[in-house]
Amino acid sequence: MTAPSDRPLPRWKTHLFLVVFTTVTLFPVLWVLKMALRPEQTFATGLNPLPTTISFQNFTDLMSEPLFLTQLMNSVVVAAATTAVGVFLACTAAYAFSRFRFPGRRAGLLAFLVTQMFPGTLMMIPLYVVLDQLGLLDHLGGLVLVYSTTAIPFCVWMLKGYFDTIPRALEESALMDGAGQFTIFWRIILPLARPAVAVTALFSFMTAWNEYILAATFMSDETAYTLPVRLQQLVGAYTTEWGHFAAGAVLVSTPVMLLFFALQKHLVGGLTAGGVKG
Amino acid sequence: MGPLAGAALLGFLLWILVLRSFTGRRFAPALGATGAALPLLGVLGWSTRALADAFPVAGPAALAGDLALLFAAALAPLVAGAVAGAWSGGRRSPHRVAYAYVVPAMAGMGALVLVPFGLGVLLAFTRHHAGTFTWVGLDNFIDILSGGGQPLWAPLSFYFTLVVTLVWTGLNVALHVAIGLGLALLLRAPDLRFKGLYRVLLIVPWAVPNYITALIWKGMFNKQYGLINEVLGHLGVEPVGWFSSFWTAFAANLTTNTWLGFPFMMVVALGALQSIPADLEEAAEVDGASRWARFRHITLPLLKPALFPAVILGSIWTFNMFNIIYLVSGGQPEGATDILITEAYRWAFEQDRHGYAAAYSVLIFFILLAWSLLTQRATRAAEEAHG
Repeated sequence: MTAPSDRPLPRWKTHLFLVVFTTVTLFPVLWVLKMALRPEQTFATGLNPLPTTISFQNFTDLMSEPLFLTQLMNSVVVAAATTAVGVFLACTAAYAFSRFRFPGRRAGLLAFLVTQMFPGTLMMIPLYVVLDQLGLLDHLGGLVLVYSTTAIPFCVWMLKGYFDTIPRALEESALMDGAGQFTIFWRIILPLARPAVAVTALFSFMTAWNEYILAATFMSDETAYTLPVRLQQLVGAYTTEWGHFAAGAVLVSTPVMLLFFALQKHLVGGLTAGGVKG
Repeated sequence: MGPLAGAALLGFLLWILVLRSFTGRRFAPALGATGAALPLLGVLGWSTRALADAFPVAGPAALAGDLALLFAAALAPLVAGAVAGAWSGGRRSPHRVAYAYVVPAMAGMGALVLVPFGLGVLLAFTRHHAGTFTWVGLDNFIDILSGGGQPLWAPLSFYFTLVVTLVWTGLNVALHVAIGLGLALLLRAPDLRFKGLYRVLLIVPWAVPNYITALIWKGMFNKQYGLINEVLGHLGVEPVGWFSSFWTAFAANLTTNTWLGFPFMMVVALGALQSIPADLEEAAEVDGASRWARFRHITLPLLKPALFPAVILGSIWTFNMFNIIYLVSGGQPEGATDILITEAYRWAFEQDRHGYAAAYSVLIFFILLAWSLLTQRATRAAEEAHG
């Protein structure tokens, strides 16, 4: 007895749906590409999302801005440093949360979760004060500190979930062989967790690379701007240099997209592997 | 930056030394305690100083200094606890090892998340005027919760914004899950061609930085030149002023956020679906269970544990999704589409009412805290029910 609803969708219908859905989804992205490749500053018109001209005028305009390369370097440095600091701290903390039972463990894990709920608006003024006192306003180091602490909680949860799935037997046999705790962490756990670490690195990188409002608040000197701050300026209240903005958007999004595609199989591994169990 | 970088490097080296030395040797506990305590004490030291310097409080008593001390006093037991934990662990307990791994991340979080948070909470009890903060007790909270002198359903009242925020969060998460799960179920079919390609193309919105997404969609919804109105024009619809009425502006925000949010849920659902053994569903199929029944009674319950954390995280992120609201509708018309977080931002940086904004933020925090406690409870109950 087969109900009509039981028959699976015919293949061609599935494909039709997916093709239409994907096209609609990609429309805005193609649009940006089209605007970036036109030597004009207006919002593109017409319904065709494919580029009709190929001109790199917008890119060269942007690159030849006196401060653009400085600002690009700022973004690169901040994102790289955030990734290094954030991932390293998150790995060690997640390892402890996954492998040891110690007083304060539950509280610590919960504390990391709770920080996700701190509204950014509450932190902004105090962070400004703290960075001011440290002499880190207008300094990239200040952004690195703020971004890595922003990235840590999520990374810890992701990594803990992944570490939890690595069987303990491996470590136990290493212990038998006389390996120290640190050797186990460094030589066994981290290499096994490589995909999760890579994804954590990607998220830390994105936190820093894409952040706009804190950078805009803490950096007042144009030479200390990161790219998002500069790009946002191009979209003015009255006029928008859409061509330049689109070219910048393409430049900023490309590295993240490449990383995404490289890591796409592992994107949420830690999150689904462990779940939010204490 | 010079001395600070030096100190950081020193702390880092010391810490590595501690991690490496934890093999049960004699001096390990002492070294561990020192290594753990030093950065914490340093952090405490400067944050106290920063506090005292930074808050010139009106009135003869240097209230700021007192508050700073109070705060330091509140943190001190934490430090003491950590140090004592590392010490008392001694030889028999493995805890000190654990602390050595956790403390650096904790210290960093303490300095740059907890201290600013504490400061922010203190701010909620003050009024800011021309660079000085006056202690006003609960005035800000009373003001906010009584509607700020406006009718409770006026667009600038806390309750109106709260309802908008809840509707915003609920609709977004529902759409993300529905679309994400639907696509994941379609893409699951083992013999579907090009599924890798679909998958890659469909996660593109997640990879685009969200401020760029927001600005692009703002352009798309523009009344004069936006693409949406152009498409509608071809269908014979008059140009819509998307940001001049509440529901259309809200719809614009919602569209933008749905676009950027569904890939995350799709990837989570795809990952979770992989872990469901196919033979379970095949067995049900053999038993004559319909497609819907199989989904409802087998797939969905098995998906829940994986989807649940993602949904909770997603709801918290959406609740505080500053960029989209701020950059797409900008709160138009007249602040009606603002959610709590953008409203708080406006109070702080457009009205210069920092204390009021801080009180707003404290309320946001408590709402989210209550929500996650509730969901934690639900998870635990579910876990117990399932054994």
